[in-house]
Amino acid sequence: MSADTPLQNDHDGNENPPVDGSELIRFDKVTKRFGSNVVLDELDFSVASGKHVTLIGPSGSGKTTILRLLMTLLKADEGTIKVNGDYLTHEEKNGKLVPAGEKHVREVRKNIGMVFQQFNLFPNMKVLRNITEAPVTVLGLSKDEADQRARELLDMVGLGDKADAYPTQLSGGQQQRVAIARALAMRPQVLLLDEVTSALDPELVAGVLDVLRDIAHTTDITMLCVTHEMNFARDISDQVLMFDSGRVLESGTPEKIFGDPEHDRTREFLSAVL
Amino acid sequence: MMSSEFFTTWFLPGIWVTIQVTVYAAALGAAIAFGIGLARTSQLWIVRFLAGVYFEIFRGMSALVLMFWMFFALPFFGWQLVPMWAGVSALGLTYGAYGSEIVRGSLAAVAPAQKEAGIALNFTRWQRLRLIELPQAWPEMVPPFNNLLIELLKGTALVSVITVADMTFAGNLLRLGTNETTPVFTLLLVLYFVLAFLITRGMRLVERRAKAGVGQRPQKTGGITSRLSSRGESLQAGSQSAGGM
Ligand SMILES: Nc1ncnc2c1ncn2[C@@H]1O[C@H](COP(=O)(O)OP(=O)(O)OP(=O)(O)O)[C@@H](O)[C@H]1O
Ligand SMILES: [Mg+2]
Repeated sequence: MSADTPLQNDHDGNENPPVDGSELIRFDKVTKRFGSNVVLDELDFSVASGKHVTLIGPSGSGKTTILRLLMTLLKADEGTIKVNGDYLTHEEKNGKLVPAGEKHVREVRKNIGMVFQQFNLFPNMKVLRNITEAPVTVLGLSKDEADQRARELLDMVGLGDKADAYPTQLSGGQQQRVAIARALAMRPQVLLLDEVTSALDPELVAGVLDVLRDIAHTTDITMLCVTHEMNFARDISDQVLMFDSGRVLESGTPEKIFGDPEHDRTREFLSAVL
Repeated sequence: MMSSEFFTTWFLPGIWVTIQVTVYAAALGAAIAFGIGLARTSQLWIVRFLAGVYFEIFRGMSALVLMFWMFFALPFFGWQLVPMWAGVSALGLTYGAYGSEIVRGSLAAVAPAQKEAGIALNFTRWQRLRLIELPQAWPEMVPPFNNLLIELLKGTALVSVITVADMTFAGNLLRLGTNETTPVFTLLLVLYFVLAFLITRGMRLVERRAKAGVGQRPQKTGGITSRLSSRGESLQAGSQSAGGM
């Protein structure tokens, strides 16, 4: 396969290329509180490289919080997060763990991409530049190279003709597909997806899910997604984690969780959303 | 009536001096507004603190007294400023302080989600500021900057008291020489109004371009064709909903 296909993950720059099945993300006793509200309580969990993991659970169970901690949009109160074996927001100094500087955080964070519920495209940039700006500015790609890649990604999400539009001129579904292309342009190892279709009109959901299915089936990118689209979760997931009150209540294959869950809590939750 | 000779030797150059003082003070003020405004959003508390101190001090200071101080008191410290520069500095320092509040406020009003999207793409803080936050805050800054610029224009009349020959200075001379108080000051009022009007027109243009730059359609103000077409649209929408019922 050519290294330039838009869908392929490019890990060539990594000193420790992850072996398939190796651990990409590890939460170790992560606690997150908002005031007196303990959202995550010494949470342990890990995601293997290349896997598609779906987080489900009732509203307020901390799913978004997990993704935002990984994206460094929130800071954990206790515990550590590792990505590829490196601490995300900590550094080891003289055998002690200390909060890491901006440089270290950016180095580890470059492996992570995120797509938001509300798209969050940059309204001051046209679609093409939304996708090319970070590869040029952050990764140092040449403008031509970034442009070409962005156009390939736009074709992939079915918006090859929208390169010169402003985000406000697109429908929600189109904006979300651009946001997916924008995240992929950074060639992250793991893509975080937080209810990426729940802000969309019902008729626009399918188009976005099709793009994500396509990515899930044709790339080796790791996916960590929160969704209420259970059919989609069943299609793409290798593993489903059921959250409740900031803990993993149970986990397993989609067949297991959706077909024969162990906990009544899971059964209740599924019967409410299915 | 005022002689045409007086008009050309005093009034016309006076208009030009007023424009110059406005432009120079605006340039200094804009530099300070952005410098202090950005410093007030810094992550380092000491930078925020010092910028906040500047803001409080110069906001609370009378531009006129500061001008006097620069003109009359500064020479005692061995610093003699040309009158015009004393005026420009005093105006730029005070109006820059007001402007910093506009910059800070507009930056704070950028949606937090935009900052988060920038973090998710691994931009540095400066890259986010330069590529995302400032370009989005800029269209919001233009209307209050327009107000401030007009305040500044009118504030330039203060320089006449430290012997800078702006148009207010020329008007005063003319009044003393001819006793034609009413026409002279009426002319002055009209001149300030015309300059303010020109500034507003210019800033509208800036605002329109700024809004287009963030993908917002420029607001159409007036223009009979636009009114007709929007009326046509609402009529059409009305008939559609009527038909649907
Ligand atoms: N910025 C915040 N300040 C205070 N409390 C917060 C904040 N963000 C989240 N919370 C609280 O943390 C808890 C977990 O929120 P989180 O958004 O992670 O839930 P979720 O599982 O994503 O829920 P949903 O399915 O509704 O999106 C909730 O009780 C919420 O009220
Ligand atoms: Mg959520």
